[in-house]
Amino acid sequence: MIAITNLKKSFGRNEVLKGLDLEIKPKGIIAILGPNGSGKTTLIKSILGMVIPDEGSISISGKDIKNKWAYRKEIEYLPQIANFPGNLKVRELIHMIKDLHQRPTNDEQLIDLFGLKPFLEKKFSTLSGGTKQKVNILLTFMFDKPLIILDEPTTGLDPRALIHLKELIQYEKANGKTILVTSHIMHFVEEIADEIIYLLDGRIYFKGSVKDLMEKTKQKNVEHAIAAIANNTDHA
Amino acid sequence: MSFSRLFFLLTSLFFINTLWATTIVVCETCEIKSIKEAISLAADFDTILIKRGTYREFNLLVNKPLTLKGEGFPTIDGEDKGEIIRVVSDNVTIDGFFIINVGTSYTSDHAAIRMVRCKNFLIQNVVLERLFFGIYIEKSSYGKIYHNKIIGDAKDEYNSGNGIQLWYSNHVEVEKNIVQGVRDGIYLEFSDNIAIKDNSSTNNLRYGLHFMFSNDDIYTNNVFQNNGAGVAVMFSKRIEMRNNTFRENWGTASYGMLLKEINDAEIVDNVFEENTIGINIEGSNRIVYRGNDFRNNGWAIKVLGACYSNTFTQNNFLYNSFDISYNSRLNDNVFDQNYWSDYTGYDLDKNGIGDVPYRPVKLFSYIVNRTPETIVLLRSLFMDIIDFSEKVSPVFTPDNLFDANPLMKRHQ
Amino acid sequence: MLKILKYSFYDLMRSRWSYVYFLFYLALGFVLLFLNSDLSKAVITLMNIIIVLVPLIGTIFGVMYFYNSKEFTELLLAQPIKRSSIFMGQYLGVGFSLTLSLLLGLGIPFVIYGLFRSNAVFDFTLLLVNGAFLTMIFTALSFNIALSNENRIKGFGYAILVWLCLAVIYDGLFLMSLIVFEEYPLDTFSLIATLLNPIDLSRTLILLKLDISALLGYTGAVFKNFFGTDQGLMISLFALMLWTLLPIWRLVFKAKRKDF
Repeated sequence: MIAITNLKKSFGRNEVLKGLDLEIKPKGIIAILGPNGSGKTTLIKSILGMVIPDEGSISISGKDIKNKWAYRKEIEYLPQIANFPGNLKVRELIHMIKDLHQRPTNDEQLIDLFGLKPFLEKKFSTLSGGTKQKVNILLTFMFDKPLIILDEPTTGLDPRALIHLKELIQYEKANGKTILVTSHIMHFVEEIADEIIYLLDGRIYFKGSVKDLMEKTKQKNVEHAIAAIANNTDHA
Repeated sequence: MSFSRLFFLLTSLFFINTLWATTIVVCETCEIKSIKEAISLAADFDTILIKRGTYREFNLLVNKPLTLKGEGFPTIDGEDKGEIIRVVSDNVTIDGFFIINVGTSYTSDHAAIRMVRCKNFLIQNVVLERLFFGIYIEKSSYGKIYHNKIIGDAKDEYNSGNGIQLWYSNHVEVEKNIVQGVRDGIYLEFSDNIAIKDNSSTNNLRYGLHFMFSNDDIYTNNVFQNNGAGVAVMFSKRIEMRNNTFRENWGTASYGMLLKEINDAEIVDNVFEENTIGINIEGSNRIVYRGNDFRNNGWAIKVLGACYSNTFTQNNFLYNSFDISYNSRLNDNVFDQNYWSDYTGYDLDKNGIGDVPYRPVKLFSYIVNRTPETIVLLRSLFMDIIDFSEKVSPVFTPDNLFDANPLMKRHQ
Repeated sequence: MLKILKYSFYDLMRSRWSYVYFLFYLALGFVLLFLNSDLSKAVITLMNIIIVLVPLIGTIFGVMYFYNSKEFTELLLAQPIKRSSIFMGQYLGVGFSLTLSLLLGLGIPFVIYGLFRSNAVFDFTLLLVNGAFLTMIFTALSFNIALSNENRIKGFGYAILVWLCLAVIYDGLFLMSLIVFEEYPLDTFSLIATLLNPIDLSRTLILLKLDISALLGYTGAVFKNFFGTDQGLMISLFALMLWTLLPIWRLVFKAKRKDF
């Protein structure tokens, strides 16, 4: 699905990605973890073409993505902070994103799922943080695309919405999608992830299933496993 | 009065009253075919009637009191050979001719019609084309130049002449003439008590109207447009200028009116419109400027050198790039009760007079005088800022130059 | 690109700021005409205001919009849209809505006061064309600044500085250099210096219309050619277009290489 070779990127003197190689196979939920500044977001943004790599190549479904844009038709992306033009109504926003993609959607269903109906005629800027995130999720999931990238999807969601989100992710997985997720909520990761990629210092420190991680770190849950990795590296 | 003169006068009166003055007819098929022949045959106070046709003649000398009258605009073609008509007698009338092809010369000023030492002359309804000098009045008086049209094709100042020129003449009326395309439209040198009315002087190389060493003259209701400069008044006294229009005199040394060494003149109710400089004043004193409109000029008034005791009242200064420009810090002139379109003051007591004085001289005009290229910075915010600071505390511009009673509404 | 333009434009047309801007011009137009019902004079006053104010508003508004829509931009970047389309769309959206506010805000009062029955139509059109150009130029400049500066405070600072430089400081230096080098022939220099500043350029366009009599008082063949013929108008308009296109080109160029 995604093949990354020798990816390098630095911002000024700060070298963020130091020759990262990664291959992601189709289908399944892959969680990208790592401490702050480890390059998670840079990696995701490189895949999306928002960050231009200094070196190395990324190809999606066998095609190099450099200076291309059409490949993004196959990607759904949920950004960390949902901030759309504040003066547009939610309905117009949905309409706009649909208009940009020109694809069939299941937005009606998702509106019902997240109870967004009362907010459709409200301006986006007047919504609460959680509602904004729901709209964000709606806009991401309403299409049917093979690759889904979620950056901190749980931010600001109430428990009910969180359950819906998880259901949604599982549903997409069942449909054979590839889903990349970053999150700091380890319970969430543990619950949904098939595979974990742990980034550290611009390289891949660990890549494997949740089970592999537990075995390697000899911990009972992901949270502790991650903490253990962090401790190990501190000692090293 | 000498006896001979008295005798002459009496005989003249006798002839006029007792004998019919005869009319001599000239035409291409008549017995008399040339004007020259007719003049030589004519007796004093005869009328020579010239019928429609073309007469190729020049150096016609009119040496007795005659009336030369054209019927149906006969053409007198000088074929560029020299002067066409020279009058050396009193009481001559020239009426209704089309005179063309005056000879150009670098040594003598050939004219279409020249009056030498004449009195009581009348030149009217004459059209001049392809000329050098047009109507040249020399040491003559009590005449009238009425309703003529002079259309020149002057290209360079050095080989072109003036439309109507008065030299050492007095008491002449110049009225309803149209002069264009010559060097100076109307030129007066050492000529006093001349009245110039209702003329239009346009597209001339140098000046529309030009005074040199001429006093007590008056010009009213004339239009001066698109000349090198509208009117130049130089070294003259007591000139009255009223109701004239000065328009579109554009160029480097271009003025609506140029005043140089002029004293005791009156400039009243004129309109200066879209000239590079409305009035350029050099060394002129005791002049009254009243009721004039200065509209859309580059500079409405530019004062150079020492000018004393001039008064500017009830004029309208409308949308000029610069209202007044001075090249010194001295001011001995009075500005009072003018209307300034740039005035931004207020009138709290509603008496029609602004409560704060107006300073018409901007620092920027001082800068432009010094460095002319700076003109491209006209209307720049930076200039407005420094103009404002100069307004608050004048450093470069005369600090006593202001209109203490600026009008709130245009003077009608 | 047209879709982005459409949405940015809709968005701005609903924003409070567009109305503030629009109402400001509306008020300005009405107040000017109320104080002085002479249309020609009002046009002159407006010209003086517009060549300073429009760039300022364009700059601030552009920077503000760019920073405020940063997240939206990021969202769009993840959509299947060309980068240049995104930025061009947003830029044109801001530029057009500002221009529209200007046109309507000033147009309405002038039309009510009988613009079409007066002889000021040409002047007024020139004024609006100038205003539109300045809006597009300074919005493009502000987008450039915002694109190159992640820090909002810095971006705002630079934007204001650019405006201040072009509106005031440039002319100050220009004047000073003219005075210092007054012994040399300066007409070519001064014309080139004028072309290098968009505010001076639009001022020149206004001068050509209003102060032609004064401009022709200067001795100099280059000046005479420039101001005395249509050449001046043509060159100025051409330079204004360049001034619009260059920042747009840089915007697209930079945007392609920028990380978000």
